[in-house]
Amino acid sequence: MKLPIYMDYQATTPVDPRVLDAMLPWFVEKFGNPASRSHAYGWEADAAVTKARKQVASLIKADPREIVFTSGATESDNLAIWGVAHFYREKGNHIITPTTEHKAVLDTCRHLEAEGFQVTFLPVQSNGLVDLRMLEAAMTDQTILVSVMAVNNEVGVIQPLEAIGRLCRSRKVLFHCDAAQGLGKMPMDVNAMNIDLLSISAHKIYGPKGIGALYVRRQPRVRLKAILHGGGHERGMRSGTLPTPLLVGLGEACQLAASEMVAEHQRVLALRERLRHGIMSQLTHVELNGDLQARVAGNLNISFNYVEGESLMMAIKDVAVSSGSACTSASLEPSYVLRALGVNEEMAHTSIRFGLGRFSTEEEVDYVVHIVVNGVNKLREMSPLWEMVQDGVDLNNLQWAAH
Amino acid sequence: MIYLDHNASSPLRPGILDVVLSVMAQQVGNPASVHWAGRMARQYLDEARRHVAALLDLHESRIVFTSGGTEANNLALFGLAAAKGYQGELLTSQVEHPSILQACEVLAHQGMTVKYLRVDGAGRVDPGEVASALTRQTVLVSIMAANNETGVLQPIHDIGAICQAAGVPFLVDATQWVGKIPLHPDSVPADLVTLSAHKFGGPKGVGALIITPSLLLEPRMLGGGQERGRRAGTENLSGIAGFGAAAALIKTTLIHEQSSVTALRERLESQLLAAVPDAVLWGVQAERLPNTTAVGIPGLDGETLVMTLDLAGFAISSGSACSSGKTTPSHVLRAMGVDPALSQSAVRITLGWNSTSHDVDSFVNAFYRSVNRLRKGS
Repeated sequence: MKLPIYMDYQATTPVDPRVLDAMLPWFVEKFGNPASRSHAYGWEADAAVTKARKQVASLIKADPREIVFTSGATESDNLAIWGVAHFYREKGNHIITPTTEHKAVLDTCRHLEAEGFQVTFLPVQSNGLVDLRMLEAAMTDQTILVSVMAVNNEVGVIQPLEAIGRLCRSRKVLFHCDAAQGLGKMPMDVNAMNIDLLSISAHKIYGPKGIGALYVRRQPRVRLKAILHGGGHERGMRSGTLPTPLLVGLGEACQLAASEMVAEHQRVLALRERLRHGIMSQLTHVELNGDLQARVAGNLNISFNYVEGESLMMAIKDVAVSSGSACTSASLEPSYVLRALGVNEEMAHTSIRFGLGRFSTEEEVDYVVHIVVNGVNKLREMSPLWEMVQDGVDLNNLQWAAH
Repeated sequence: MIYLDHNASSPLRPGILDVVLSVMAQQVGNPASVHWAGRMARQYLDEARRHVAALLDLHESRIVFTSGGTEANNLALFGLAAAKGYQGELLTSQVEHPSILQACEVLAHQGMTVKYLRVDGAGRVDPGEVASALTRQTVLVSIMAANNETGVLQPIHDIGAICQAAGVPFLVDATQWVGKIPLHPDSVPADLVTLSAHKFGGPKGVGALIITPSLLLEPRMLGGGQERGRRAGTENLSGIAGFGAAAALIKTTLIHEQSSVTALRERLESQLLAAVPDAVLWGVQAERLPNTTAVGIPGLDGETLVMTLDLAGFAISSGSACSSGKTTPSHVLRAMGVDPALSQSAVRITLGWNSTSHDVDSFVNAFYRSVNRLRKGS
């Protein structure tokens, strides 16, 4: 087994060698600008873009004409939420989104709030799932958009998209779904789920970084205001030269995801369960964060009581894992997602996200179980609190003397 | 096939693909992650930033990576407009790239005043007109460094001095300039500069906006805080690494390439005029990029000529590629006062780092034959 071990598949995934192979010819021999309509270089690039658009659409059961290529899921989220809010502001000014969304969604919504929109940041249940009755109760006649992610990046829980979609459709509210973490890991069907806008990222599904897409429904037609203006590419919704090799990579990644999803799910789920049982059967005072059933196969998020998350990260530094979302892990703030699930600050600080994926092996899992268990035991031995816990002191009921 | 459409997109330079592929093939993480995989990713980002900074002779903290020139131009215009509460005047020219013109149109809808400066017959903006168009309400002057269709250089140094004296920020869209002529934004001086990697042999899908630190600019893409909060989203790591490598490469080859491409272009234009004596070259009274030739053939349809040459194995363009299928006459030539009938015959030949004298000679031969055949046919 090779060290170090990468176990952070929710932060980013390695490029699948087959995706790389598909991209190769488009870098050098076939380098035309797909917008060049007058020569063969442009035409063949345009044909490649068309194929990629079909591959992406097919994975979410959409029409290729409904796919807008972007620089990634962050841009897709910005375009969907900002674009819809600005196009439909005459119709209403209210947006609903859970407090556990990705920053790209939350920050865009906060920005809209500063512009005068009303935003309901919906609390989630302690298992991380949206409560449909609360969502319905939050809707007003001013509500134009609900934005709920398919799968949470930190705790991996799968939101009830079909039910949310049905509710939104019945209330004539647009439904945006950030599917960056869900795509390729669970079946996505924009029609069965009544999704109107859906954000896609290539680098979360073994494609290259710097490319993504936004699905925008054509029937009934969803309109949005563009963020990037220029040559009028992507039917005016997103200008800028299309990076052919990256698009080919996204397309290929989607096709691989479609053909391998079922088998991969089984394999990764078995690894995840091996990891979970391995850790949780050997350690006490550990908590699983987020629902176990409604959860993607590749995610395990555990809080280790009586150790510090950062110290544990150091103890297992050969393994790339994350304490909180990759986008926020450079800060020492406890994860806002775990806090929203009701996890207390201390337990949030001691949480580790293990992300498994296509290239994870049983051997790696066994090694990680071993060093995590050892690391936690060692750190606990050094913890004065742990000694008290061992002696039966209930720390939650400690009465500190007031001086 | 001989490719003479470098202003639309220039093929990857030697060695750049290896950099792009090695980043993609490695187990690198998300640059936002703190672990070893994230650190490795961050090192690629930092290195690329250093290379781009060295090319432009400025501090690396001023570089904000984007998905390309279009995004950089949009970030500059909308970011500044938002910081000014969408009030005040924008000063630009009639010959800018669509990403500037379209963005200005949207900003005009939002209540800003946009003034479009005209150009002379050679395609140049008059710095004197910039000076007299400036008012106390002007919040930004946006003038491209070099035109994509004609290669005409704008007097950015004169305009930069005028803007600096007036205390108005100056945005230079240097998408076509960078990689063809050395550029030092501080000597312009420019407050905002737009770059695109694929226009000078770097990868597609990556560009940059150079920002003066003191300039207030609201981000357009939110969430995640990348690029010091100026541009959110996981970075296009392999693209940025390729961008950096291309910048490092041209820093050493640029001067030599500038003169060799200029010589090739002279060869092309003199042969072209000898072959088709009534051909009209545009922008020649002005300083131009070394690689760009914009030419009209009276009585011919430019689109047809381009198609004919494509069949003969030569890729050129009949205008800018960004007009994506639209066959409207060039707004640049119209602004230069070119007769609309003649501008229908316009084609653009743009040389690049891999062009040879043999390419030029065989192109002129094919051009000569195509023009004659089309003229006989009509």
